[in-house]
Amino acid sequence: MTLLALRGISREVGLPDGGVLPILTGVDLDVAAGEHVAIVGRSGSGKSTLLNLLGLLDTPTDGEYLLDGEPTGALRARRRARLRGEVFGFVFQQFNLLPRRTAEENVAAPLLYARGRDYLRRRRTAREMLDRVGLGTRGDTVPEKLSGGEQQRVAIARALVRSPRVVLADEPTGALDVETGAQVMALLASAAAEGGAALVTITHDLNVARLADRRYRLDAGRLAPLADPAPTPVVPAPAPVPLAEVHP
Amino acid sequence: MTPVLATLAEAWSEVRVHKARVVLSLVGVFLAVFAMTTVTALGLIVAQVQQEQSERMSGRSATIGVTAYDPQTGMPPDAAEWDAAVAGLTERYGITTTASIGYEETRFRMPGGTQLVQTKRVSPSYGQLHRIEPIEGRWLRAGDRDSLAPAVVVNEAFLGALGVPDLAGRPTVVIGGQTPVRAAIVGVVREGYGDELLAYRVDRSAGPWDEPTTATPAASVYGPSTLELWVGADQADEVMAVVSHDLGLALGGAQVDAYRQDSPDLEETLGMLRLAIRGVGVVVLALGGLGVLNIGLVTVRQRIREIGVRRSFGATSSRVFAAIMLESVCATFLAGLAAVALSVVLVRNLPLESLLNSGVPLADVPAFPLAAAVEGLVAATAVGALAGLLPAVIAVRAKVIDAIRF
Ligand SMILES: Nc1ncnc2c1ncn2[C@@H]1O[C@H](COP(=O)(O)OP(=O)(O)O)[C@@H](O)[C@H]1O
Ligand SMILES: [Mg+2]
Repeated sequence: MTLLALRGISREVGLPDGGVLPILTGVDLDVAAGEHVAIVGRSGSGKSTLLNLLGLLDTPTDGEYLLDGEPTGALRARRRARLRGEVFGFVFQQFNLLPRRTAEENVAAPLLYARGRDYLRRRRTAREMLDRVGLGTRGDTVPEKLSGGEQQRVAIARALVRSPRVVLADEPTGALDVETGAQVMALLASAAAEGGAALVTITHDLNVARLADRRYRLDAGRLAPLADPAPTPVVPAPAPVPLAEVHP
Repeated sequence: MTPVLATLAEAWSEVRVHKARVVLSLVGVFLAVFAMTTVTALGLIVAQVQQEQSERMSGRSATIGVTAYDPQTGMPPDAAEWDAAVAGLTERYGITTTASIGYEETRFRMPGGTQLVQTKRVSPSYGQLHRIEPIEGRWLRAGDRDSLAPAVVVNEAFLGALGVPDLAGRPTVVIGGQTPVRAAIVGVVREGYGDELLAYRVDRSAGPWDEPTTATPAASVYGPSTLELWVGADQADEVMAVVSHDLGLALGGAQVDAYRQDSPDLEETLGMLRLAIRGVGVVVLALGGLGVLNIGLVTVRQRIREIGVRRSFGATSSRVFAAIMLESVCATFLAGLAAVALSVVLVRNLPLESLLNSGVPLADVPAFPLAAAVEGLVAATAVGALAGLLPAVIAVRAKVIDAIRF
């Protein structure tokens, strides 16, 4: 059974003049446990909207979204919030770290919404996660004093801290230079794989998409499988390395 | 259990991170609670002092004055007969505190010559009933009735006229008359206006010099002595009604008058005063609350993105609401705590006695009124909750996807 399944999903928004703007139209997508799916598309093609729908941050205007085979359409807000915290980890293009909170506090933050043991051990778990992304010594540093690449690694640690089943990454390398982006992407892919989480990456960078098991293109709100990319990557994908060595 | 802890932890972390703005927004609440608590506490203390002062004049609430005299001769009843009648009365109605008071003029031999001084002849319980606190020495006591030398309590002007600085040298004064006697000054009270001399003596004593109820050269008596009965305020009317009747019977046809001595309006006046003070406090506090609300509104808009990010962690609406609300409550509670603490320090260090009671020690030294402290804390917390309400609603209604969109 697929973990996530979109069936004929559409999303429209009302416009101020009374008209309706379709953002997504008839999107079908299956994501199995542990697999890596990449979605590429130009700016404004609806990629973020699709990812927000997958992460239960938004609801479709039409179609059905099945999570573990269960329809999500009728879920109450409370249940959606709980599922969102338990099933998904988010990585944003702009990192979205909590300002003025240390790296460790940032990584521990999702565990504030967990229960019992997970909540009580949050500090320790956060330190372990920071270790895994190679930032074990930067736990007390606030985001304002970290480089872009380091901030995104904190965000990756944060996305994985509750051992999600799916990591949703919205242009995770979009704000980074090419080389740093490649390293961060390699880290994200291996960390998700190590945690057994499926990874849905949105990107407009074909080199990033290359790391995925399956690739899709989103064009004007319609999703279609992507033909195999050009054989020569602009930047060679880094050889798989143990996580902690990505950034010593 | 853990969600509650987690919400608290989150709120505390917010307060910590936004120290500067929190502190800034709290200045208003702090000042308001400080002012309100201090004013309320002082109000309560002033009320107590006023009550004491008024009680010194006319007795505690409710004090009933009773006079008795023969309608033909105008003479007071025989002392033994009177005592028996009063004892019967107090026993019948369970009256525990009574005092007697008579006025006379006594000839004291002062350094500048003999002087007539207004003297109150009172029973020792008079001191309790009128909350008299000697500033030096002691008040009259039952043993003074049997002592060989009369005991006198005087005011400061009296002591000054005697040319004596204090009681250290065990001063005495001679009471003139047929049998001059040397009286011991045992206590000093702060009483009387200007250089008016005043003295207290115990109501009657065994000595041969003492003839308070007959006209003697030593002292001239003004009318009959008054009996004061201290009863509960709710009992006052009832007791007044029966006293005249019962005593009149017991004294065989004497004229007995009973009247309320303390002012029953006092409590009402004090109540109004407290209400007025509280009213001002509430207005000041509301202004402080507006300050908190204002800054809360500004910052919640700046933090919409952060709230969106927390939503992506699985924060429910109620968690978002509680976090913003608690943050506000946490902050104002701490401000309230600090304000109350400062208020306690201030009030305890004010020279209250000289400010309010012209230096006379207060009978019940006023502790910081607990009610004022509790009220300050509750008010601060309530203001935090009210001021946090609107930002919390805004935070809950913010659209997550708009919040995290870059
Ligand atoms: N709430 C909305 N109201 C109006 N237009 C929206 C709204 N959300 C998204 N859009 C529009 O839908 C299109 C797709 O947005 P988005 O999913 O963010 O694209 P992408 O992430 O691929 O750049 C954009 O043109 C955007 O302006
Ligand atoms: Mg986007």
